[in-house]
Amino acid sequence: MAYLVSHPDEVKVVSKRFGMGATNLDRYLELDGYKAVQKAISMGPDAIINEVKASNLRGRGGAGFPTGLKWSFVPKQSAKPKYVLCNGDESEPGTCKDRLIFEHDPHAVIEGVMIAALAVGAKSGYIYVRGEYRYLLEIMEKAVADAYARGFIGNNIFGSGIDLEIFTHSGAGAYEVGEESALMESLEGKRGIPRIRPPFPAVVGLWGGPTVINNAETLASVPHIILGGGEWFANLGTPRNGGTRLFCMSGELEKPGVYELPMGYNLKKMIYEVSGGMTKGRNLKGVVPGGSSVQILTPDEIDVAMDFDSMMKAGSMLGSGGVIVLDDQMCIVRFALRVAKFYQHESCGWCIPCREGTDWMKKTLTRFHAGGGAAKDIDNLKYLAENMLGRTFCPLGDAAAMPIISYIQKFRKEFEDHLDGKPCPYEKAAEPALV
Amino acid sequence: MKFSDQLEQRFSTMVTHYPTKRSVLVPMLLYIQDEVGALTDEAIHEVAQRTELSDLEVRNVISYYSMLRTRPVGKYNLQVCTNVSCLLRGADDIFEHCKKKLGIGNKESTPDGLFHLEEVECIGACSWAPALMMNYEFHENLTPTKIDELIDGLKKKEQQ
Ligand SMILES: Cc1cc2nc3c(=O)[nH]c(=O)nc-3n(C[C@H](O)[C@H](O)[C@H](O)COP(=O)(O)O)c2cc1C
Ligand code: SF4
Ligand code: FES
Repeated sequence: MAYLVSHPDEVKVVSKRFGMGATNLDRYLELDGYKAVQKAISMGPDAIINEVKASNLRGRGGAGFPTGLKWSFVPKQSAKPKYVLCNGDESEPGTCKDRLIFEHDPHAVIEGVMIAALAVGAKSGYIYVRGEYRYLLEIMEKAVADAYARGFIGNNIFGSGIDLEIFTHSGAGAYEVGEESALMESLEGKRGIPRIRPPFPAVVGLWGGPTVINNAETLASVPHIILGGGEWFANLGTPRNGGTRLFCMSGELEKPGVYELPMGYNLKKMIYEVSGGMTKGRNLKGVVPGGSSVQILTPDEIDVAMDFDSMMKAGSMLGSGGVIVLDDQMCIVRFALRVAKFYQHESCGWCIPCREGTDWMKKTLTRFHAGGGAAKDIDNLKYLAENMLGRTFCPLGDAAAMPIISYIQKFRKEFEDHLDGKPCPYEKAAEPALV
Repeated sequence: MKFSDQLEQRFSTMVTHYPTKRSVLVPMLLYIQDEVGALTDEAIHEVAQRTELSDLEVRNVISYYSMLRTRPVGKYNLQVCTNVSCLLRGADDIFEHCKKKLGIGNKESTPDGLFHLEEVECIGACSWAPALMMNYEFHENLTPTKIDELIDGLKKKEQQ
């Protein structure tokens, strides 16, 4: 059970039905449920796509690609069946928002998948839920079954003459499977090794058919856009960054939790006002604003707007919405080591720069943190990471390298303080639990 | 291996959801494991036959996914997240506490086969860190006391 929090600055769109019993279909209907899909049917594909384009909705999975534009890439005519695939693999460290959507508003995900399918002419949709989220898969399964029982999904939905099937699908533990092409491989019953692009999934995806892949939060936003209008949604955010976002606040904060705030909300306020500031007795050391894959910001860099473009300008990324707040009791080398260890564990091993690079980063940082570091290790580590950038088969390689580079760039002194066999000066427990 | 009625029903429904048979593989393997405890040679062979794959191809898929395993582990699988959000809120101490309490190390089971302990990557409980999963159950905002209560409670349940 995930706990709900709230703050007056929140603008509840996706989280509107959280805590309101909307897993129950009748309750969901009372709360405007399945109205959006009926409206979408009357609008037709082109109008749906235009509305989503006007909303400035951008992918909540991490990359921030404009959703309407993505949908418009799907060919109108296709010899092979088209598909919609909802990405519920949620495994980016620091991210725990899709979980709340599945838990509290499963029908909104279904409706989002349906509207995407209507927009691109797909007849089947799949909702992929990470294997660890079994209780959420069960909630989704029940929601799908209930919707079928009422005839909302299946043949001739809402008397439109359109047939539409929706299925749920469980993963079995793998971060890399969240990457869209690996996700398709996994759904097809294979190892999650990414596919080469182009062709992009919108053209050649699941079983060779054109496929729209979107994050669960992206899809859950869509029904609200259809009902409220693209312009309304766009105006909630900043230019080119429409709507709101579920921000997952974690770390030593007084009130950690998932808050829905308008795009462009100030990061500093997010920490000091919305999340109640740092835990008593702790001071801010840095912020990783978009899941473990993005660059760290120092305390003097956080007076920025949290939208995709502003974060790029600030030298980081909005990413997955996981705002990880580091306090002064955390050693940056220790933190870097845990991040490196994660990517080393999750690298699928397909391409050499990522497979070998993550392994070397982990090995070097392990030795370094334990006090066996040499001065040249710092530059070597940075050089290694820089040489992974852009040279890997999928973005996981960059995701592993970028944060490490940023830690060294911004906290070099902390690395240097670990030299000459000195025990880690930044934390009480110098030894990592396990490497 | 003969599928139980439940697995049989799962399989026959799921196989209608996709254009290829092997698409059922990942979820199906997990469901089998949940029932049998591990993906035994017999289970692998059965799935391979049903999906028209070689046993080796199925093994190849199993080896990719961190939740799938070919050997059984303790009945209660404690998976402690030590990734960054949890690390910041004391996951290392939590993991150490579990080790001490159970008298076992990472990826080990207690001799009575009751408990298994594992350090895992982010489980999606970052805002409620530190956290662990016990089988499919989330336990969040952990403290040593909460862990003691969880483990002692399970022990008690087993004695009854
Ligand atoms: C290594 C890696 C892991 C990813 N994990 C996820 C994930 O767990 N969930 C998700 O929605 N997107 C994830 N993505 C992004 C997807 O590849 C894809 O961009 C996204 O699902 C598209 O949906 P969106 O446009 O709605 O964001 C991941 C990407 C990479 C490279
Ligand atoms: S970058 Fe890493 S995860 Fe991606 S294909 Fe290469 S080895 Fe696999
Ligand atoms: S980092 Fe521990 S649950 Fe996400």
